[in-house]
Amino acid sequence: MTEEHKRTVVIPGETIIEGDNYLPGDGTEKQGKRIVALRYGLAEEMNKLVKVIPLSGVYQPRRGNIVIGKCNLITFNGWVIDIGTAENAFLPIMETPRFVSKDRLDEVMKIGDIAVVQIFAINGRGIDLTIKSKGLGRIDEGIVFKINSNKVPRVIGKEGSMIKIIREYTNCNITVGQNGFIWIKGDKIEDELFAKRAILFITEKSFMDGLTDKVEEWFKKNGGVKKENKRYEDRGEENDN
Amino acid sequence: MTTKKSEKFERPDGRKVDELREFEAKVGIIPNADGSAMYKSGDTIAIAAVYGPKKMHPQHSQNPEKGTLRCTYNMNSFSVSERIRPGPSRRSTEISKITEWALEPVLMLDKFPNMVVDVHVNIIQADAGTRCAGINAAAMALAHAGIPMKDMVSSVSVGKLDKTIVVDLSKEEEDYEEGEGPTDIPISMTHSGNITHFQLDGKIEPKQLMEAIELARKSCEKIYEVQKKALKDSINMEEDA
Repeated sequence: MTEEHKRTVVIPGETIIEGDNYLPGDGTEKQGKRIVALRYGLAEEMNKLVKVIPLSGVYQPRRGNIVIGKCNLITFNGWVIDIGTAENAFLPIMETPRFVSKDRLDEVMKIGDIAVVQIFAINGRGIDLTIKSKGLGRIDEGIVFKINSNKVPRVIGKEGSMIKIIREYTNCNITVGQNGFIWIKGDKIEDELFAKRAILFITEKSFMDGLTDKVEEWFKKNGGVKKENKRYEDRGEENDN
Repeated sequence: MTTKKSEKFERPDGRKVDELREFEAKVGIIPNADGSAMYKSGDTIAIAAVYGPKKMHPQHSQNPEKGTLRCTYNMNSFSVSERIRPGPSRRSTEISKITEWALEPVLMLDKFPNMVVDVHVNIIQADAGTRCAGINAAAMALAHAGIPMKDMVSSVSVGKLDKTIVVDLSKEEEDYEEGEGPTDIPISMTHSGNITHFQLDGKIEPKQLMEAIELARKSCEKIYEVQKKALKDSINMEEDA
């Protein structure tokens, strides 16, 4: 991220780079010798592969993503969950960690419940979800709010560095869904709101360099006390970039 | 009646024949939208908001082959000196359709089957050339929303006042009554020079029409540069914030 490959903002139709031996990646197209951007974002060249990193727009679901959604509907064999995509996502009864009787589906999740789920397949009919892995399932306590899904990598930080800082200073468990929903669970509501303010601060300053240091500074200024917290579990942290 | 030679022709606001009104563009003006932009040309101001891609409702209007673009053009009741009745009219439905046709060729909607991209264009101040301002704003808003596009679209209206070809008509010029009267030709084209929209209201000779298209091409180039700058600057703005 630091070395020579500079990132530039490109607009659709703009030539990013010219030359024979470049490969077009996500959001680009090859037209003769030129690599042309097909969407608005940050262009990046790495090992002759040119791609455009999106900066705006709706959440694009990908396989393996951990997301947070709301149960919309219970069918005879599973739950329909709204994860903020155009396609509805379906969680089949087979993808629950333990056996669930077909007439007791609402014991696992009722309409209106919020859950952490993982996308395990995207096919022509829609998105299939699972809650079989550790850390997935219904949310009972804490607060959930939404940020712009394009800022999720910033909130997580490089190898989870940013999220670690927030956890240490606020003593809260934080789960970041790739779709922009964030779940905070702490002992006190004050801690949870403090963590929320910190995350909103990050989303506001998301283009700054050395953001991790700025956030540490912010915590010190706002009276955060660093605590050693070993309770948190690592989840929802795959960084797509 | 005095017939003026084209060299001596004077525009009411003293502009040169190939001179655009003072214009300005801005991106990211509506925080709740997925993409938004403002385009201002003289006293004409258009704002555009993009929502989606989202699921198309009702279901019978879904297209399983590719996504749909849905534009809504609306002139606010206070946009002109004499209050206009709010709500859709024959004129606004027509311009909505025109905007769709002007933008659809550059959008790559085949990635979003059964979905719709909503574009809302609002004219908050009108002084002729509102459809062109609307298309310019909508093109920027679509790019800002991260919709894959092959190219940008820029739009300008060229006119023939008596025998002189001029660019970017104002309301005063549109009502020009001398000689052959006014002819209004709104043209939209991509950066690569393909025409996506062309309208003609009045009379013009084929030879002069080619001249008009050439003038539009030059003007669209200028507008493109401003659109490009607005999109690129919106990132730096966030950096400073």
